[in-house]
Amino acid sequence: MTKSEEQRAKNGPIICADKLTRAFGKTVALQELDLRIEPGEIFGLVGPDGAGKTTALRLMAAVMRPTLGRVRVSGFDSVKQAESIRPHVGYMPQRFSLYPDLNVLENLCFYADIFSVNDGERQKRIEQLLAFANLTHFTDRRAGQLSGGMQKKLALACTLIHRPDVLLLDEPTTGVDPVSRREFWDILTDLHISGTTIVVSTPYMDEAERCNRVGLLFKGTLIECGTPASVKAKIQGQVIELRPEPMARAQEALAHQPDVLEVQVYGDLLHVLVDDAYQRMPQLKAALEAAGVQVNRLRVIQPRMEEAFISLIHRLQQ
Amino acid sequence: MAANDFAIHTDNLTKRFGNFYAVDGVTFNVRRGSIFGFLGPNGAGKTTTMRVLLGLLAPTSGRAVVLGYDVARRPRAVKKRIGYMSQRFSLYDDLTVGENLRFYGRTYGLDNDRLRQRIQFVLEMADLVGRDRQHARELSGGWRQRLALGAAILHEPELVFLDEPTAGVDPVSRRAFWELLYRLANGGTTIFVTTHYMDEAEHCQELAFIHAGKIVAQGAPDLIKTTLMKGQVLEISPDQPAEAMRLLKVARAEGRLKVDDVALYGAQAHIVAPDVGRVMETIAHLLQAGGVEPGQMDVISPSLEDVFLSCIR
Repeated sequence: MTKSEEQRAKNGPIICADKLTRAFGKTVALQELDLRIEPGEIFGLVGPDGAGKTTALRLMAAVMRPTLGRVRVSGFDSVKQAESIRPHVGYMPQRFSLYPDLNVLENLCFYADIFSVNDGERQKRIEQLLAFANLTHFTDRRAGQLSGGMQKKLALACTLIHRPDVLLLDEPTTGVDPVSRREFWDILTDLHISGTTIVVSTPYMDEAERCNRVGLLFKGTLIECGTPASVKAKIQGQVIELRPEPMARAQEALAHQPDVLEVQVYGDLLHVLVDDAYQRMPQLKAALEAAGVQVNRLRVIQPRMEEAFISLIHRLQQ
Repeated sequence: MAANDFAIHTDNLTKRFGNFYAVDGVTFNVRRGSIFGFLGPNGAGKTTTMRVLLGLLAPTSGRAVVLGYDVARRPRAVKKRIGYMSQRFSLYDDLTVGENLRFYGRTYGLDNDRLRQRIQFVLEMADLVGRDRQHARELSGGWRQRLALGAAILHEPELVFLDEPTAGVDPVSRRAFWELLYRLANGGTTIFVTTHYMDEAEHCQELAFIHAGKIVAQGAPDLIKTTLMKGQVLEISPDQPAEAMRLLKVARAEGRLKVDDVALYGAQAHIVAPDVGRVMETIAHLLQAGGVEPGQMDVISPSLEDVFLSCIR
């Protein structure tokens, strides 16, 4: 471990949520969230729209008060010591309000003003951030004229101006193209290497794989928390992947087979979730043959994050 | 196959705005009854290509034939036979489910009997039977999507264009939505999807990656992953992931490690190189010199994102 990694580990979790709850009228957006986020980790809050991700981040950023329970960030309570939290946290909301008529530089200066980043350090800091976000040659461009990916990078730069220890990013790459998304994650990796704690919410399952740990949120409840590997291991069963011809007939033949938990199409591939792949293989092959289906490829694969998530939701609903 | 056997056929399709080639010599075919995905950044030419195919923009040069019609010469003929579901759903929140469908049906020129029949079909398909009096704004993500899809297919189009259809929707609803798309495709409807979403791209039967106006990779997702990757992906599980990344990045910046890419994935690092066998030892040495145990090293299958990035590097 690096020295700072050691030091940080000694100080305990950087974010502690205890029975953190938020209701809006009759709707409970977040239900008794118990969560510990370790310093320096990249933590992913994964879940669909309406799961409670934005609410959780707003509560941690101390821009919203809980209905019940509490959350502490860097040791400060989000209600009683909200002002003390702000210097430690960089919060990037989902629809980040950059000023579209201000150019890149003006936006950064504006945020530097808000966070009282003093004049001596300011120039250097802004230059650093421009380089970091690959925006050095775009200082005159109006924020409204930047591409989606560049807007997100600028928004991130504005969030970093005061060197926060903790970044709370609400769906920072939603709607962004694959290249920009990848560049964004390169920036997050550099921040991670330098010790920043990052909590990122995402509806993208493949992004969840890039986090140290993930928390799966569904309808306001944390249904699972752990490393991506441990979450995927929670699927009770194995996935057999095959390329059948014709697909629709293969799907039908297998969907009602005993011990087949789930069948899912991915383009020209079929994923079959069974309890034990090697035990069920002969049975499935027989069913496919009987239905006149030709199988061009067959193998046992690791389940994806999406499959783990759906499997966990199904179990909840049973 | 002749151009007419495809739902969409483009041949060196080009669209220029002044000096800017938004679409630059794009050639691809979409088989009838298939699900075709168009993947790429905004500004890459995805939206412009779609507009040309929808009959909204004339090509500068090259050809696009949609459902047998040359879009440059017969744009109106194309429009009648296609459906379009936009990203922002274009549902009227103040109207009910039924009112939305009747509005769209009438706009597509469906008369009373056929309209009623088709509305019933759509309600059943979208699992919205009995909810036609509900206001569209009361529907959650997954249901809105299904309604929007339903509105796009009221007139039984042979080809449907979907723009980012499942952004932000939960995995269960997304799955149900794709089941719908598969059923439509099995029934002969061709489906053209644009997406940023790699997970979604996996559901398509065929994909085209577009970047800076050109197609950089094309084929079935599985085939793309196994044949179009430039280089290999090495996954290592070091005992100190962040420190390992730092060492690898510094070595790369200083020219001591010649690889195409280094990225962190949770507690693993992914290294892309033309021949990973050659760099494995270098990696092990430089990590150990920095006090990090490299851990297990495996060549892994590339993801679609890995392939896409390798194609444009």
